[in-house]
Amino acid sequence: MIETHDLRKTFKSRRGPVEAVAGVDLDVKKGEIFGFLGPNGAGKTTTLRMLSTLLPPTSGEATVAGFDLRREPAKVRYVIGYVSQEGSSAPEVPGRVELVMQGRLYGMSKQRAVARAAELIESLELADCADRPTKTYSGGQKRRLDIGIGLMHLPQLLFLDEPTTGLDPQSRARMWDEVRRLRDTGTTVFLTTHYLEEADALSDRIGIIDHGKIVALGTPDELKRQVAGDVVIVGTDNASDRVLQLLKGQSFVREATSADDLVRLYVDRGETAMPQIIRALDAAGIPLASLSLTRPSLDDVFLRQTGRSLREAA
Amino acid sequence: MKFLKDTWLMFQRYLMVFLRNPAWVAIGVIQPLLYLVLFAPLLKSLVHLSGFPAGGAYNVFVPGLLIQLGLFGASGVGFGLIAELRAGVIERFRVTPVSRFALLLGRALRDIVTMMVQSLILLLLAIPFGLKPTVVGIIVMLGLVALIGLGMSSLAYAAALALKSEDSYAPLIFTLSLPLLLLSGVLLPLDLAPQWLQDIAKANPLSYAVNAARDLFNGKGLDQAVFEGLVIMAALAVVGVLIGARRFTRAIA
Repeated sequence: MIETHDLRKTFKSRRGPVEAVAGVDLDVKKGEIFGFLGPNGAGKTTTLRMLSTLLPPTSGEATVAGFDLRREPAKVRYVIGYVSQEGSSAPEVPGRVELVMQGRLYGMSKQRAVARAAELIESLELADCADRPTKTYSGGQKRRLDIGIGLMHLPQLLFLDEPTTGLDPQSRARMWDEVRRLRDTGTTVFLTTHYLEEADALSDRIGIIDHGKIVALGTPDELKRQVAGDVVIVGTDNASDRVLQLLKGQSFVREATSADDLVRLYVDRGETAMPQIIRALDAAGIPLASLSLTRPSLDDVFLRQTGRSLREAA
Repeated sequence: MKFLKDTWLMFQRYLMVFLRNPAWVAIGVIQPLLYLVLFAPLLKSLVHLSGFPAGGAYNVFVPGLLIQLGLFGASGVGFGLIAELRAGVIERFRVTPVSRFALLLGRALRDIVTMMVQSLILLLLAIPFGLKPTVVGIIVMLGLVALIGLGMSSLAYAAALALKSEDSYAPLIFTLSLPLLLLSGVLLPLDLAPQWLQDIAKANPLSYAVNAARDLFNGKGLDQAVFEGLVIMAALAVVGVLIGARRFTRAIA
């Protein structure tokens, strides 16, 4: 759905050129939720604005929904939707009017636009406020309207710039459901975020960007596995030495340490290691007190690639 | 076709936004009305000065007032655009296949229509004071206002897009519109001015519009000054639209 090759954007500033995007290679597949993660100022929004035709790239190639971004931006516009961070509706205009207007700009007939707007108002639960000026909307309502505006023309690809920034936890959970529902109906979603949890929970695949460059690309699980693998913690009753001896030699264990009745096992895949651990302990007749699995987070991935924690960088 | 349709859609949108805030319509009429009631009577005692144009105080002053209405009406339109830039509306439009030219023209048409309605109201209100309009005069006058509205609004939008903030837009607009107004002879006819001031005024396109407007109401009819005014205002409109359209087409980073 999106393919870029060495995409770059250089801005002129008083202190000389600033390379906001420094050679990005991306490939976003049809029908997936692609999370674009990175600290503020990493080049997320600039990349997004290039891909959505708002900003011409300085150099590089990009194909969006089958069209060449630089040569056919007009065709790209028909098949993409874009929801910016800043919002998209005028304060004095009712949501329904904004929706209909948006549909008409894509060439829908008035009748079709009115019907489609009604559909979206229903599915995004905006019925209570659709005919009021948008300045009276809550943060969550406004964001849902923004999504609706982006979806009016049934785009194949929807760009969401920081869709949950500034939302309360409840509205955020709702937004996540909404994005998943979109993916389930076949829309490809490209979203930027600086929230680790959001990228992790929502994305099928993730690209991590820092200083204008992609530093990691893959499914959340793949990325985490690249870093360190999983940690399985086995709890015992005064038998940690025996457990350590027993499991240290197993082929699936990379490294093992013990402390205070707890044995920490570093493994590639925690979910397949756990049954093997249980069987081995069972066979040796060692009672198991507890068993838990911890996984590296995306922050570990970011840390490994950039030497900084994303929480600090953001 | 798409361009015309988009222009119509944009025009409808901005007309609706405008009508939702009728205070603007009222302000647009009240300001010139204040000039009519509180300033024009001063001119009555000047009518006999040598150099004061023929036709009586109101037939001299009201046409100029309409040009002023066009100038001031247009200078304020950028504020709405800046608010929309901030709300993300313009960016939203730019991602759609909407005609870029329609983004400018739809708005400018709304401005023209509101200015023409305000002008008409002002003309009607001035009749009891002693204005003696002709049908042709009114029609040509409205055309003149429309051209000024188109040119000046487009320039105002270009400035708003370039500056992106009220803090720089407001000082620029007020700094530019005041000399334009003073050098156009709206308040007092430039015939009363010393020669050097008249020479400077010749460089101000609006002074031609004011001369044209006066002749439309003082019985001279469609004379050369009227044609000059129309041609110069048409040129202003073309230049303004070109500059404005260029701004709307360019990426807004």
